[in-house]
Amino acid sequence: MSPILADVLQVSALVAALALVHRPLGDYMARVYAGKKHSRVERWIYRAVGADPDAGMRWPAYLRAVLAFSLAGVLFLYLLQRLQDRLPLSLGFAAISPDQAFNTAASFVANTNWQSYSGESAMGQLAQTGGLAVQNFVSAAVGMAVAVALIRGFARARTGELGNFWADLVRGTLRILLPMAAVAAVLLIACGAIQNFSGTQSVTTVTGQTQHLTGGAVASQEAIKDLGTNGGGYYNANSAHPFENPSGISNLLEIFLLLVIPFAMPRTFGRMVGSVRQGYAVVAAMAGIWLAGVVAVTWLEAAHPGTAAQLAGGAMEGKEQRFGEGASSLFAVSTTMTSTGSVNSFHDSFSGLSGGVLLFGMMIGEIAPGGVGSGLYGMLVMAVVAVFIAGLMVGRTPEYLGKKIGPREMKLAACYILVTPALVLTGTALAMGTGNGESSMTNTGPHGFSEVLYAYTSASNNNGSAFAGFAANTGFHNTALGLCMLLGRFLPMVFVLALAGSLAGQRPVPASAGTLRTDKPLFTGVLVACIAIVAGLTFFPSLALGPLAEGLAA
Amino acid sequence: MITQTRTPPHTPVDPVRNEARPRVAGGLFDPGQLLRSVPDAVRKLDPRVMAKSPVMFVVEVGSVLTTVLAVTDPGDWFGWVIAAWLWLTVLFANLAEAVAEGRGKAQADTLRQAKTDTVARRRTAAGEERVPGTDLRVGDLVVCEAGDVIPGDGDVVEGVASVDESAITGESAPVIRESGGDRSAVTGGTKVLSDRVVVRITAKPGETFIDRMIALVEGAARQKTPNEIALNILLASLTVVFLLAVVTLQPFAVYAGAEQSLVVLAALLVCLIPTTIGALLSAIGIAGMDRLVQRNVLAMSGRAVEAAGDVSTLLLDKTGTITLGNRQAHEFLPVPGTGEAELADAAQLSSLADETPEGRSIVVLAKSRYGLREREPGALAHADWVPFTAQTRMSGVDADGRQVRKGAAGAVAAWVRERGGEVPDAVRDTADTVAESGGTPLLVAVADDRGARVLGVVHLKDVVKEGMRERFAELRRMGIRTVMITGDNAKTAKAIAAEAGVDDFLAEATPEDKMALIKREQAGGKLVAMTGDGTNDAPALAQADVGVAMNTGTSAAKEAGNMVDLDSNPTKLIEIVEIGKQLLITRGALTTFSIANDVAKYFAIIPAMFAAAYPSLDRLNIMQLSSPESAILSAVVFNALVIVALVPLALRGVRYRPVSADRMLRRNIGVYGLGGLVAPFVGIKLIDLVVSLIPGIG
Repeated sequence: MSPILADVLQVSALVAALALVHRPLGDYMARVYAGKKHSRVERWIYRAVGADPDAGMRWPAYLRAVLAFSLAGVLFLYLLQRLQDRLPLSLGFAAISPDQAFNTAASFVANTNWQSYSGESAMGQLAQTGGLAVQNFVSAAVGMAVAVALIRGFARARTGELGNFWADLVRGTLRILLPMAAVAAVLLIACGAIQNFSGTQSVTTVTGQTQHLTGGAVASQEAIKDLGTNGGGYYNANSAHPFENPSGISNLLEIFLLLVIPFAMPRTFGRMVGSVRQGYAVVAAMAGIWLAGVVAVTWLEAAHPGTAAQLAGGAMEGKEQRFGEGASSLFAVSTTMTSTGSVNSFHDSFSGLSGGVLLFGMMIGEIAPGGVGSGLYGMLVMAVVAVFIAGLMVGRTPEYLGKKIGPREMKLAACYILVTPALVLTGTALAMGTGNGESSMTNTGPHGFSEVLYAYTSASNNNGSAFAGFAANTGFHNTALGLCMLLGRFLPMVFVLALAGSLAGQRPVPASAGTLRTDKPLFTGVLVACIAIVAGLTFFPSLALGPLAEGLAA
Repeated sequence: MITQTRTPPHTPVDPVRNEARPRVAGGLFDPGQLLRSVPDAVRKLDPRVMAKSPVMFVVEVGSVLTTVLAVTDPGDWFGWVIAAWLWLTVLFANLAEAVAEGRGKAQADTLRQAKTDTVARRRTAAGEERVPGTDLRVGDLVVCEAGDVIPGDGDVVEGVASVDESAITGESAPVIRESGGDRSAVTGGTKVLSDRVVVRITAKPGETFIDRMIALVEGAARQKTPNEIALNILLASLTVVFLLAVVTLQPFAVYAGAEQSLVVLAALLVCLIPTTIGALLSAIGIAGMDRLVQRNVLAMSGRAVEAAGDVSTLLLDKTGTITLGNRQAHEFLPVPGTGEAELADAAQLSSLADETPEGRSIVVLAKSRYGLREREPGALAHADWVPFTAQTRMSGVDADGRQVRKGAAGAVAAWVRERGGEVPDAVRDTADTVAESGGTPLLVAVADDRGARVLGVVHLKDVVKEGMRERFAELRRMGIRTVMITGDNAKTAKAIAAEAGVDDFLAEATPEDKMALIKREQAGGKLVAMTGDGTNDAPALAQADVGVAMNTGTSAAKEAGNMVDLDSNPTKLIEIVEIGKQLLITRGALTTFSIANDVAKYFAIIPAMFAAAYPSLDRLNIMQLSSPESAILSAVVFNALVIVALVPLALRGVRYRPVSADRMLRRNIGVYGLGGLVAPFVGIKLIDLVVSLIPGIG
């Protein structure tokens, strides 16, 4: 089978699987969040945290709950790492340094899972499974809860209430993420991923050297790592490690897990606002951008003009022989565009222009399809902006799903789209201006700059992947990237929830022939153009000095 | 009719003619206006004025910065040229606003002439005193006689007079103003032509209608509308994004070994921020109000114009809006045994003393259909004319022992029975058929030596104005529902509604019904527009999102509405909606154009900035611009010139046709989105070709 045919079949199988799951999963999630009943376990949890799951929250209350819960998560994770040497199951590892502990705590609570440490040589099993894996679930559930709150803002009329955060959090974790992760973990084990609590084993390799292999609950963490678009691997090599990702089949399964919830969320959105066609328009925009990225990177990698690359049939440096160039490109685009950040190849080794595409996939704000929850709310905010401009062009003051986009809504949407570009650009500029950028680079020239740009883009957009050459474990980068992750995660949430509150209070305007149709391909096109132009214009200069300067030289 | 709508005295009868006479020449863009507005544009450079538009304020800061840099390094011709063009960019933006305002100023001057100092004859306990018009207080009674200019807004409380309102409406035919009823309002600045009236002043000096008009057309009272504020927020946030992109670029450039001069960074920033729409935004708003003024409509706020674009339900009064003001005789339907000509003759005879439009239309029909010449009341000897009154609801003549009557079915039937006559069932059936078809049946009867009997029925018909059906179909395509309001019974209303093609009707409407309908529509999230002129329309006018008061209406109605139509032509509501939509479309189109422009500017400037450090980036120079300086300069020049080029479009508004939202969006994205993407590539290349001819650049 020719590599091109194999790539096409692989992508087709993936798209077919996602399409198959889209409706049932989306509808199921809509039912979960709209449901009125509580299971016994849930009631027990609500009693334990002292929450009333049936009390409607206005947006400030919802936001306070989100922030309080996340702050508690950061503190807990920080302490768990700092006290690692005094807690059980540490595998004898020392306590993590304060700046790295902060960075890691911020990273996992912000659903970024940027890792400035190597899992197998720094984190014990308690920290990995009791701390990081738990955050893998709940930080994803927080993102989904905020997305659902925004959907309710569109769906509800003349109320300030956006639902109950605790109910949304618990349901997202127990009824969606846990069961799906359990099934995924079993499938991964079946594929050969490991799942044990054995300590470090030392083996002698064929060349006679000694290698230390750390065991652990890898398959279970792998499942939620991908399903919750987290990305923090048990091992430093992440999904390139054979214990995490043993085969081509497990590789495709992991890509499926990355994409399945983000691509199903628009269906949940369509269901909850009472028009599945609205969901289709959103998912079409997401899928269009994602597919364009996959095609672009696969083609750029296959067509890499270097001599070695041509001999190998593609740019194979930094890629697993097991997966080849097609599956690596597919994984790379999917992980950067879902805010996951797990990797099965080193993005640093991609050709200049493909590296640029991966960067751009994050720069558009992780919305195609984006992280669980965060992808949908990011996309809906962009839809608000697109509706504002396009809506004017049909001669009405803009409205989306019957809700007017007035000064307040525009202000919140504008603040939202300002946050990540501001963090990426100022973060990178600070690093470059203070010399901290250059000192952490592995390469020189434009590629070195791409490493720094990639790090700050990844952190601010809560992706978590890295251009692997970048030495991130310094005081400056641990702190700056940690701040980028926290602000990049929670500031947008503030604006999204305020926007949801403002929309929920409105009385919807009924649609007529004079209304901009937001459930048509034309609007999907406008939305994609709007996303590409806004991000493109913002980042064109920095992309020119990194990936473009490098890629166009080839 | 229960509602108080009537045909205003000078409503144009021709239904197709809905363009008002403009009081001042306007509508098209006059290039000479650009030059005349230069001083105003320069005055607007004041930073306190500029700060109102965040985008242009940033450009001004950039201009100052580049000027300072040029002064410190006088040998750098490039710095000087960039500084000059940045200043021109700001100036062009101010010019656009000044031109838009200038057109209003001309109108304001015309109005000021009407507002010359008047002397009022104020009534006091002792008699009369002469005081300056500016000393009048609300509640004062002033006397105005032929030749006097009415000193302030008020209501006539005594007398009747013909008034020349041309100063305000541009209409030279005088109108009648009388105490009581809906024709009592007078406007300060208008002139009494005959008779004498006593007016109670209802507006404080400085707050009169004419003062408000002046403020409105001058733009002094202009406040930013919600949509304008929202758009400004979007533009400001884009400006911040680009500011960040440019400011953070320097450390990246330093690393690349291509540190940029501040002049180049300022030029890049100005090219990227949405200057085109930022420069034209306020001109678009002013021009939108102005387009209404050209059509003799005064919007009390920009918000009302914007709301007009959003209107989803139009309430239209039947009479005068959908139908011609009056019902007209359509046909004669004789009872069996009577000839049509006989009926026509009797109908004509009995209508000669009926001065109402309906009565006259019978005479006209008799003449046109049966060749019956009009007979003057004096032509018949010994005739005793019975004029039409609202009480008898009949008119007729008694002559030669023969009494002929014509009038409302009930009244004539009673008259026949009083005289021992019978009203056959056939008459009742005919009358019912007429009523069902939306017409009004009048009976014609005669009483002579053969006794009293009904001769037949005259079918009076509401005549739907020409072209209304097509108009309503257009509105439907735009997603606007039309509701006809009428005092007629449901049967009649239904027939006329079907004939005119409106979506719905409200029959036997009282002002309360109207109000309830508006509230019901609004509760469903719809925006409602209506016209009105009576005092009992005022609450509904105030409740409606767009309430257009007729200038002939009462001052209560004019106070309640948020627009006043000086021509008092209710059909204009449709145009008002179109102007509102056009305003919003113009804003959206130019925003799209402005943002799409940036793509080409990047392709011009980025290679110019960095091709020296990274030669590979020269591959981005797809326009093949001749040199880095020329590329940057060409982008800056294009950015400035495009503002001037789009001023006429901003003032005129983009072309608007009533089509569905989908088609409109497709067209506008094609023209302004794709056009905005392509145009600067061509424009910058052309400018570069010219610029590169200058020695030392190319």
